[in-house]
Amino acid sequence: MPAREGTYGLLAEFDTPSDLVRAAQQARHDGWRRMDCYTPYPVEEAAEAIGFHRNKVPLVTLIGGLMGLVAMFTFETWVSVLAYPLNIAGRPLYSWPAFIVPAYEWTILWAGLSAGFGMIALNGLPSLYHPLFNAPNFRDGATTDKFFLCLEALDPKFDLVETRAYLATLSPTSVVEVEY
Amino acid sequence: MATSEIKPKDMTIDPATGEYRVIAPGQTFKSVTEKIAGIVLTPNTPLGWFAFFAVAGSGATVLLVAVTWLFLKGVGIWAITQPVAWGFAIINFVWWIGIGHAGTLISAILLLFKQSWRNSISRFAEAMTIFAVVCAGMFPLIHIGRPWLGYWMLPLPFSMNVWPQFRSPLEWDVFAVSTYATISVVFWYIGMIPDFGTFRDRSQSKIGQYFYGIVSLGWRGSVRHWMRYETASLLLAGLATPLVLSVHTVISFDFAVAVLPGWHTTIFPPYFVAGAIYSGFAMVLTLAIPLRKFYHLEKLVTERHIDNMGKVMLATGFIVAYGYGMEAFMAWYSASHWEAFMFWNRMRGPMGWAYWVLVTCNLAIPLTTLWVRKLRTNIAFMFVLSIIVNTGMWFERFVIIVTSLYRDFLPSSWGTYRATKWDYLVFIGTLGLFTTLFLLFVRLLPMIPMNEIRMILPQAKIKPKEPKATAGGGD
Repeated sequence: MPAREGTYGLLAEFDTPSDLVRAAQQARHDGWRRMDCYTPYPVEEAAEAIGFHRNKVPLVTLIGGLMGLVAMFTFETWVSVLAYPLNIAGRPLYSWPAFIVPAYEWTILWAGLSAGFGMIALNGLPSLYHPLFNAPNFRDGATTDKFFLCLEALDPKFDLVETRAYLATLSPTSVVEVEY
Repeated sequence: MATSEIKPKDMTIDPATGEYRVIAPGQTFKSVTEKIAGIVLTPNTPLGWFAFFAVAGSGATVLLVAVTWLFLKGVGIWAITQPVAWGFAIINFVWWIGIGHAGTLISAILLLFKQSWRNSISRFAEAMTIFAVVCAGMFPLIHIGRPWLGYWMLPLPFSMNVWPQFRSPLEWDVFAVSTYATISVVFWYIGMIPDFGTFRDRSQSKIGQYFYGIVSLGWRGSVRHWMRYETASLLLAGLATPLVLSVHTVISFDFAVAVLPGWHTTIFPPYFVAGAIYSGFAMVLTLAIPLRKFYHLEKLVTERHIDNMGKVMLATGFIVAYGYGMEAFMAWYSASHWEAFMFWNRMRGPMGWAYWVLVTCNLAIPLTTLWVRKLRTNIAFMFVLSIIVNTGMWFERFVIIVTSLYRDFLPSSWGTYRATKWDYLVFIGTLGLFTTLFLLFVRLLPMIPMNEIRMILPQAKIKPKEPKATAGGGD
């Protein structure tokens, strides 16, 4: 667990997404790993630049969907064959084609819920507090029109003075220190 | 194609294609954010909003009165009887849920097809979906007569050990509509999380900061979060697409599975889905045109959107026309006496006027005029047309339900259908409820997805100068 005191990291602000992507590529090239970009809309290139290519949302969705499918189909079979068999004009009790529709709906239901809530959980949300919210320029711009690169103190290369000097070489509009 | 007609100096037209631009030129990340957030975060609610709200709220009150009276007296206050046992309630159910479908189509199917023009209209189309499903979902519940037993439709372990019948389309409906409502709400909410983050950061009031802070779940715009968010959005779109097609298909099964002339046709599933999208786009236009005028959103919801929606309506309208044609053809080609009589009666019987209203509103007016680009980009015309199509689609459901039922197989069982004032009041009431919910949405929530608009601005284009970074891990 990170210590809840001291410096969280150094936050560099950029005006355009291209500047951010170039800076992030450079930082990763120079060996930085504990870092993140913050943008007001999805910037795929920035995620690529910090080496984030895959995520687990599709897997969670697949598992959720399959669970919904199996659960509903099994349930319908159990109800129609064992729990409450109804003789409708002599049709077979295990009339599986009729069970497809609710099972299909539940596949979508549970896959969709897994995708939505799985995404939130994998993102570690809800977390109403985050050290970055302490930076005033972050609160002003991160969800409007500014682009941020944060080099985190947990990275072994991190040093308050040297890292600040390093970030200045990436030509940001400002660099601020973020406290826990 | 129509490049010659346009003025060369018109900045709202893209010179490369001759089409209207999706977003008017000169917008920045900040201007877009300020425009959309300003609508909600201002402490001054426009007077016009209150005026609309008063009218819509009165409508919603009418609904409350009508439903209360219904619960006190029973469904006998409606005009439903034998042989027309499905009246306004089911007509309105199918109409409302069909309207909802365009919202899902815009948010899901057009996302999969990478139609970025959808970004401006997707959020309020999704809101429209949810409020339409709210109105739709009410009707089967109040139509069952004893609404306090509505939970019998759900497979719950009762003390009596009775389970629902899973072979019935009416039971499938329970699953289709409840899944549709749930997934629509999840999709809508997930889409709004980043915009809630913007509201949290821009809100000047303590209440606003708390409220939007909580509903944004602490969104901070990390690109790792964004990538999972984008994946989840795409997956939800991929799931909502087959879902939306299945919902109206299942609803059409309610009819098509019955052995009733006029209902028992295989064309129903595609014809219902196309009709749903047709009426839904009409409703999006009905909402979008006053909204962009009232809130001055002409730069974000441009003529291009109106034009494109007109094109979608033209296409789906022709599928609907094919459905009507096929119904008539099969009535003749099947050589079934009952089928032929039903169709003759539908066109020429005592309620034949309803059929011709539907043909005029759904085919004759829109399918001739929507070809013309000048008319498609004429805002006033499109507004009137959208109301005509909505009316026509309501009459389509009226025709399918009433004219198939009121002439039973035996002339001794023939009847008629004349809606009572309570039928009309419930219908007007749901219009009021829908509008009330929509007005609250416009006042309190981001009606245009700010993050998606930022994405399609020209400034968002990355100009790479460095080679790509080396491959690395993900989660």
